[in-house]
Amino acid sequence: MEFLNDLKDQVSTAYELLAAGWGVQLLWGIGWTLAVTVVSMLIGAILGSLVAAAKLSHRGGLKFIGESYTTVFRGEPELLIIYLFYYGGTQVLTGVARSTGSIGSTDILNMPSFLGGVLAVGIISGAYQAEVFRGSFLAIHRGELEAARAYGMSAWLRFRLVIMPQVLRLAVPGLGNVWQLTIKDSALISVTGVAELMLTANKAARSTHHSLLFYTLAGILYLVMTSVSTPIFEKAERYTSRSFTRPK
Amino acid sequence: MDFDFYLSTMWSVLKALPLTLEIWFFGIAFGLVIATGLTWLRASGYKLGEYFTRAYVFVFRGSPLLVQLYLIYFGLSQFDFVRHSPILWPILRDPMYCTIVAMALNTAAYESEIFRGALRAVPVGQIEAAKAFGMSAFTRFRLVTLPIALRLALPAYSTEIILMTKATALASVVTIMEMMGTAQKIQHDTFRPIEVLTCAGVIYLLLNLSIARLFAWVEYRLSPHLRPPPEQSQLVKPIPEVL
Repeated sequence: MEFLNDLKDQVSTAYELLAAGWGVQLLWGIGWTLAVTVVSMLIGAILGSLVAAAKLSHRGGLKFIGESYTTVFRGEPELLIIYLFYYGGTQVLTGVARSTGSIGSTDILNMPSFLGGVLAVGIISGAYQAEVFRGSFLAIHRGELEAARAYGMSAWLRFRLVIMPQVLRLAVPGLGNVWQLTIKDSALISVTGVAELMLTANKAARSTHHSLLFYTLAGILYLVMTSVSTPIFEKAERYTSRSFTRPK
Repeated sequence: MDFDFYLSTMWSVLKALPLTLEIWFFGIAFGLVIATGLTWLRASGYKLGEYFTRAYVFVFRGSPLLVQLYLIYFGLSQFDFVRHSPILWPILRDPMYCTIVAMALNTAAYESEIFRGALRAVPVGQIEAAKAFGMSAFTRFRLVTLPIALRLALPAYSTEIILMTKATALASVVTIMEMMGTAQKIQHDTFRPIEVLTCAGVIYLLLNLSIARLFAWVEYRLSPHLRPPPEQSQLVKPIPEVL
């Protein structure tokens, strides 16, 4: 019974707190989380395709770089990479600015927290996307690539007309998984001070002393984000593979 | 290059390795227990059990571990009955136990899906053969379904274990001085984040690589039937490369 009474109190205060401005704050938090995720996914897509190409290359050096990239960035704790980019970025920026004399020798030039966070999450996302792209490339029918060569297509033309469209099609389900991972990783950049959903929930919890309420809300909002993206990716998958399924 | 600094940092971070491993081990152990329960509930055929496990997996896979950790550590103590409970309070007021609980609950969701997939992937013919031999349901499970399913679950399980190693770093945000927390402290004291985090990164990477190697070895040992006989393997031509 005590439990139920507690719960009732929580619900009645929830409305007041959300109406008092925290609701809007949380909505902004969602906006920032989505912004971080989208930008990170884009950075990850660029890095991921380059790394996938490096991993598939026959040159030992390139292959090694690609392999190391995916091993390191999938093997390290996400938090460590985020700290490395945020604090490490600050260290580098401060060092450069001090040596050029644009700031005093005791001043600190901070890494912009959004930039640091997005780079870190993007690079992690890139490692997972590289695996997705590599898998999709390997799933392309060998015969198609041989046929393209037999037609005398140049490497660029083969890439543009045969490889890329198919890799994109086959990568959709995998990219959906990476998207979910990236949403969840974006919660970690709250440690650098980007006002995304997690940090907003944190601030709200600390200043109102209603941590249960705000962390539960944050959890629900993350669930909404991850579950809303599932049907979107399913739809994208159906759309991109429409020429490979029989019409009903 | 300041080798003394690297060495002393490496040593300080390494001293926190036992704590990281402790969180890791208990998180995985309790996670495995919960996952076994969930898999059993899901496979039992009761509709209610299925709904519960579906909801559980949805919630714990769909939200970040950090939210779950905060919810358990900061959120649950709001309830008076938690604070007055002689069993719950000693667990939930300790950040270390909270991290372990959060990790266990989180990994159980992923693991139960892995085990469910593995159980479904056991070839029907094998089970039918066991039935034809007149094996009881328990013997069938013990001698046929379980060994095959465990072998099938191993690759995905090893990935999950590596994810757990990475997740132990989150303990640092609730004040635990494991490897990440120690690295952060040194970093704040010296303001040399790149060097400090590189040291910690090397240790995490070596830890994960050895875990991966260990699982690869177990997998190799458990699948002699999937390897081609030695003399034949030399006859297999490499696949011609296209690109």
